[in-house]
Amino acid sequence: MSLYRYASPATFYPLAGKLIPAFTALAVLFGLAGLYLGLLVAPTDFQQGEGYRIIFIHVPASWMSMFIYLVMAFWAAIGLAFNTRLSGMMATALAPTGALMAFLSLWTGALWGKPMWGAWWVWDARLTSELILLFLYIGFIALQSAIDDPRRADKAGAVLLLVGVVNVPVIYFSVKWWNTLHQGASVSLTKSPSMASTMLWGMLLMALCFWMYSIAVAFARVRTILLERERHTDWVKELLAGETK
Amino acid sequence: MTIYWNSLSDFLAMGGYAGYVWGSFGVTALILVLEPLLVAKRKKETIRRLKRLMHAELRRNPTADSVNTSRNSAE
Repeated sequence: MSLYRYASPATFYPLAGKLIPAFTALAVLFGLAGLYLGLLVAPTDFQQGEGYRIIFIHVPASWMSMFIYLVMAFWAAIGLAFNTRLSGMMATALAPTGALMAFLSLWTGALWGKPMWGAWWVWDARLTSELILLFLYIGFIALQSAIDDPRRADKAGAVLLLVGVVNVPVIYFSVKWWNTLHQGASVSLTKSPSMASTMLWGMLLMALCFWMYSIAVAFARVRTILLERERHTDWVKELLAGETK
Repeated sequence: MTIYWNSLSDFLAMGGYAGYVWGSFGVTALILVLEPLLVAKRKKETIRRLKRLMHAELRRNPTADSVNTSRNSAE
């Protein structure tokens, strides 16, 4: 059995449909465990008081906003290089979720910033580059919806994604490269964690929850896109003829 | 793994940060519930629309099998 089989829309559609409940269940499980640790068990932060608990969603949402963009850029590169249909659809399906993650990152950041810094917003390198990421997502969605031919929309979107990908390392390293008001990385791969283990586990579980959620919702969205774009093919017609509801 | 809070009202007050903390978790929960619902709604509408298109095509061309091998036949 070859992996290429799953790149065929007719095979991918039912496969994604089968995987969605599994990813949804994992998202709920990780979410409940993460919320339990983050909101109920984790101790307070000696500097930030209980307001620090916002990071249990702020950090996962921020990670996902960057990661989803990288995945979209990856599919964009595959689509341009190999002219595969499914890759463009994957990028299109991920965009709204990525935009929502970027919005949540900014929203929870503002609600954290007001009590901690005394300002909802500052033109800090980290915040500004994350705002640009949100604009890139919105720009990608607007560009694709302005082009009628889906294959051309995929190509134009892919170019935008690949140009914009330079912004992701800027966001990630902004707290190192510039003197930012935003604090440094919460979790580092090179240093042992400075926070309590319940805090760290709470955050990692919430990150896993956001990850599983994003996969589930992107799979659900890509199935609708598949139906729309492949509506002239036999497999969609057979599926619609068999569909009773 | 003991619960950090002494009472429910302590928990809800979040040490004075209630508005900020619940404002963050509330909007996040709202979005994570709404997005899948909107995706499901769009899928339902798409299936309904595509079925209508398919049946309209069948009425125009009743001799054709519902599964047509030629592409672009629905247009």
